Amino acid sequence: MAKRVLVKGNEAVAMGAIAAGCRYYFGYPITPQNEIPEYMSAHLPEVGGVFLQAESEIASINMLLGAAATGARVMTSSSSPGISLKQEGISYLCGSEIPGVIVNMSRSGPGLGGIHPSQGDYFQATRGGGHGDYRTLVLAPSTAQENYDLTMLAFDLADKYRNPVMILGDALLGGIKEPVKLTPYKKQPPAKDWALTGCEGRGQRILKSLYLSEGELTKQNWKLWKKYQAMAKEVRYELYRAEDAKLILVAFGSVGRILKTTVDILRDKGRQVGLLRPVTLYPFPAKAVREAAVRCGRLMVLELNTGQMVEDVRLAADCQAPVDFYGRPPGSIPTPDELAMEVDKVWRKTAGKGGAK
Amino acid sequence: MSKAQPKMKQVFDRPRSLKDVPWHFCPGCHHGVIHRLVGEQLDAFGLREKTVGVASVGCSVFLYDYFDLDVVESPHGRAAAVATGVKRARPDRFVFTYQGDGDLAAIGTAEIVHAANRGEKITVVFVNNAVFGMTGGQMAPTTLEGQVTTTTPRGRDIELAGPPIRISEMLSTLDGASYVARVAVDNIKNLKKAKAALKRAFEYQVNGWGFSFVEFLSSCPTNWHMPPEAANERVGKEMAHFFPLGVYKDIKAARDEAAE
Amino acid sequence: MTRSANPMYFDTIIAGFGGQGVMLMGNMLAYAAMEAGKQVTYMPVYGVEMRGGTANCTVVISDRPVGSPIVHEPMCAVVLNRPSAERFGPRVRKNGLLLVNASLIAKDQVSTRAKRVYHVPSLELATEAGNPRLGNMVMLGALAQLSGLLTVEQVVKSLPKALDTRYHKLIPANSAALRLGARFVSPGS
Repeated sequence: MAKRVLVKGNEAVAMGAIAAGCRYYFGYPITPQNEIPEYMSAHLPEVGGVFLQAESEIASINMLLGAAATGARVMTSSSSPGISLKQEGISYLCGSEIPGVIVNMSRSGPGLGGIHPSQGDYFQATRGGGHGDYRTLVLAPSTAQENYDLTMLAFDLADKYRNPVMILGDALLGGIKEPVKLTPYKKQPPAKDWALTGCEGRGQRILKSLYLSEGELTKQNWKLWKKYQAMAKEVRYELYRAEDAKLILVAFGSVGRILKTTVDILRDKGRQVGLLRPVTLYPFPAKAVREAAVRCGRLMVLELNTGQMVEDVRLAADCQAPVDFYGRPPGSIPTPDELAMEVDKVWRKTAGKGGAK
Repeated sequence: MSKAQPKMKQVFDRPRSLKDVPWHFCPGCHHGVIHRLVGEQLDAFGLREKTVGVASVGCSVFLYDYFDLDVVESPHGRAAAVATGVKRARPDRFVFTYQGDGDLAAIGTAEIVHAANRGEKITVVFVNNAVFGMTGGQMAPTTLEGQVTTTTPRGRDIELAGPPIRISEMLSTLDGASYVARVAVDNIKNLKKAKAALKRAFEYQVNGWGFSFVEFLSSCPTNWHMPPEAANERVGKEMAHFFPLGVYKDIKAARDEAAE
Repeated sequence: MTRSANPMYFDTIIAGFGGQGVMLMGNMLAYAAMEAGKQVTYMPVYGVEMRGGTANCTVVISDRPVGSPIVHEPMCAVVLNRPSAERFGPRVRKNGLLLVNASLIAKDQVSTRAKRVYHVPSLELATEAGNPRLGNMVMLGALAQLSGLLTVEQVVKSLPKALDTRYHKLIPANSAALRLGARFVSPGS
């Protein structure tokens, strides 16, 4: 049986990365994710890897680009303001089709904001974030265990699609301590016939995102688009007590897990509510949301922001069900009882009239 | 070989590290010469198949079209950080960046200073032509006082824009930088010195001695609005006056000397 | 299974001044719970509160995966100083448990609806255990004993793994403090 250890969410990310074969880490200090670089600085040298503290967030994402261009598994991590600075590099990674894992243990904004947990970076993460028409895969863990497991998955997906993958956590998920089962990584990372290793015995390889010849860039963008379409099959989500629900809550990350307790509280009161928790934010589990809308007839989105994912849910629900929303800016973490009150308002308004379809 | 043909010895050829393609550079531009010098050293050290080149943004972005090597393209100014990543992951490969003054001395200043200071075992080829070339001739940090560019129509005003920045002098103050030289390719004498400096810079990386940096003063006839010959002359007269040529730092030579 | 119908669910807020060992208590409780095969979440509260009045952490222990790591009205609170007693005492559930550091907090300074309130003289008991700085371990022993989920011996057993090796020489005193705290709140002791 795999070993269980009690670790911080941030450490679980770092442990998952090293287990998945990440050997290079470049980063810059920012609260609340510092346990990731600290763990990497202590443990990467033990496995023959390199930890390097960069002079800036911009430098660290570009160091990732360089190291990943050689075919290595590479990670960087930061928190919201730092992730904004990395966006240029993420755009280049997508354009040049270089894989890499970027962790955002997000905090509150805009600007310097604060270090409270926040889900205000949902748009930035799922809409590409930088310039150009591109997407990154986005994974949203909700426990320390998922931090470990999804970081491993992130490396596989990055290599599979030659695309950066973002882990979108928050200050809560980075800071909590939970037991984590250290499942060993058993896959064989794929061979990389595009990696820059010096052109010994073969033709030149180029990794670039500049396409100036007639039609070239259009072609490259269509190629990327096809890739984003293919990513749809990576959709992951969790349903909690949703089978007979007449109101399905949709939430990701820390709010998603807090809502499990909320669902329990409301079920105790006889409210038939359930939860759909997207684990991949891009690709978004649109089909599952639509099915939930059709089956249950009423959805409610809850976020620790003033309304971002709700747009994706409304698009996915496709007018098959009304979509209510409760969100609030960062500052405090909503308790399950507070959320139960908000959900109950919607429940009473509709008196559990869902399930009509 | 047919006996009828007279025996001829070929004394000049394209370096193997360069492709047999025409340059896109403007007539009189020094990039072509500097590309060739880099190609010669790659050949001389037998590095073509052991190299990862790092292209930057500017006129030299098409590095991969001219060099027959593995090349990764960097965002504007980030070549030194990208090269750091490449070299850290593959310390057994030869890694060089090729950057202009807009790229290295403006938007990429932080990256070059810190790569130099960390003593990254990379080689940086820095081409300083005192102007943003590819974007159409705007002021660069290296633009000389009074020089007319598209964004200094009345000439560079020091009060407004500050004086030109001397990168080689600045980098040579860093303990992490091991070899720093400024050269020019405007005449045969300087060309020979440039070649020697580049060779030394390559030696630094091949032998693991540390960070090496060669600044080339270069002409830009198009954006200087000068005929090639006059532009070439300006490099020696005006540019070299403000940006003195020479070896600014050679720690290996200094150490060897101290040991004797 | 619902929250109320789940007998193996316990949550607690531990609060006090920075330096009183609040975070270590939470960590050790979480560690012992994990060693006992339970699901557990430990959430430290950092930020402005760390520099102002109190530092606190929340520990949720369950047989099932933990949903919310944050609790507004806990089943139990352990308060080591007066500001913590004022802040968290009133929040404890009616049928809940409040452990008060009697060495720093007078009985009339505690306002709570919790039915079970224990005033534990942590400093005196820690001194008896051989180190007056182990007041947090006294409180932890009492907490483990009353939680109904763990025995104090399970906490003692987890000490070698939960504590950094440089603190291992303190294990005997820690064990004594834990046991004294547990005994203090045991009926018939």
